[in-house]
Amino acid sequence: MAELKYTEDHEWVAVDGDVVSIGITGYAQEALGDLVFVELPEVGKKVGKGDDFAVVESVKTAAEVYSPVAGEVVEVNVAMADDLELIKKPANENGWIARIKIEDPSELEGLMDESKYKEFTDGLD
Amino acid sequence: MLKTTPLHDAHKGLSAKMGAFAGYDMPLYYKEGVIAEHEWVRSHTGLFDVSHMGQVIIEGPGAAEFLERLTPSSFQKKKHGRAQYTVLTNEQGGIIDDLIITRLSEDKFFAVINAGCKEKDIEWIQKNLPDDLKFTHMYDYALLALQGAWAERILHETFQINAHDLPYMHLMEAEALYGSKIFVSRLGYTGEDGFELSIPVSKAVDAWDALMDHPEVKPVGLAARDSLRLEMGYPLYGHDIDSETSPVEADLSWIIGKTNTGFMGAERVLREKEQGTARKRVGVKLLDRGIAREGAEIRGSDDKKIGGLTSGGFSPVLKESIGQGYIESSLANMGEKIFVNVRGRNIPAEVTAMPFVPAKTKSMKKRAA
Repeated sequence: MAELKYTEDHEWVAVDGDVVSIGITGYAQEALGDLVFVELPEVGKKVGKGDDFAVVESVKTAAEVYSPVAGEVVEVNVAMADDLELIKKPANENGWIARIKIEDPSELEGLMDESKYKEFTDGLD
Repeated sequence: MLKTTPLHDAHKGLSAKMGAFAGYDMPLYYKEGVIAEHEWVRSHTGLFDVSHMGQVIIEGPGAAEFLERLTPSSFQKKKHGRAQYTVLTNEQGGIIDDLIITRLSEDKFFAVINAGCKEKDIEWIQKNLPDDLKFTHMYDYALLALQGAWAERILHETFQINAHDLPYMHLMEAEALYGSKIFVSRLGYTGEDGFELSIPVSKAVDAWDALMDHPEVKPVGLAARDSLRLEMGYPLYGHDIDSETSPVEADLSWIIGKTNTGFMGAERVLREKEQGTARKRVGVKLLDRGIAREGAEIRGSDDKKIGGLTSGGFSPVLKESIGQGYIESSLANMGEKIFVNVRGRNIPAEVTAMPFVPAKTKSMKKRAA
């Protein structure tokens, strides 16, 4: 079972060796409202720490999805383009948007664990 | 500090997601979400609080002539009870606001103006108001919109108001809620049959609650109001039309009255009507995946900019990205293939007739007895 970490931009990051799967949290989904489109990156795309690599669109707005780590996109969830409901699923049930091969695992250290993230979102309301 | 409508507590009680709109704290959507609300209005009937909008009365001898100075439309021969969509033009022929003006009687007119334009409009009207006319801001009136195929029946079941013989774009006065006088106008911003109800603030909560108690009514927020009007191709002030755009550019020439040549900015507007304009408002539909929003550039096959989107988003009925914007007039032809640039990517699109979804409003003609 991959370890789950969270960002302040409401991505979850499932760590599995040097590859991370990234999705958006329930909090983000709630804030965006009805989702209508996801723009996936190309496999092979290089991303820097903090760069956006995908866009999730709701009826009202477009929200960038950021990578908390530098690396290269090694896999995208093409099934999600046809079935947006997948975005609500956890990492191990195809809820991830893309997988990124990381360059520097120490970049993961600043991320929140589940209880920290819960504290963080509780403080936002 | 955001302003609120008389129904603010009601929205909070329904767990609405609130947001700022034109200086008001307004419900964007309720529990079921934007798409469900949108579909409910298209298939059933939804209730909107639009009390943030301004309601005004202009009355006195020559009120019709005065309105023909403020707007390009004709009012002198309008039947009593008839509502007209029009715009206030400035001296340069640009649009100060779009609004609906209804003739209540020979010398009395009722107008509903945009929330974000209220102060500006009121100042403009008062500045130009002849001495013998009277202007009243009905700040003590709320405005509810009941929109959808069942609206006529729900109005009857809830308030015993029979609007069966009221044609589209007409107003009737009625009594509801133990003798309160209200205006019932058969119109709206959704393309569905429906009504706007102008109700004294003191009765607004009672009226909202009574309609909400009807098992077939659901509340609908401003987000779905926007996607509903987008499917109809209705312009939104401050986005699709503004103080620079003329009614001709905005493809609103149909509001220009045949006999009205003396309105503000007539010189530009009538010249453009005769000679055409460099750009024109059109509907745009994406032919590939993606969502194009306000601000996106419209480009030709050579990647050259030929216009821009002023509104855009997802159509819950078509499940496609639709929008409206301005494009060079020579390219403003239905079916013209264009591109919309979204985050650096050119998405194939085409110029599309509006409305995108057929309107289901009633006939404007009087019904057979």
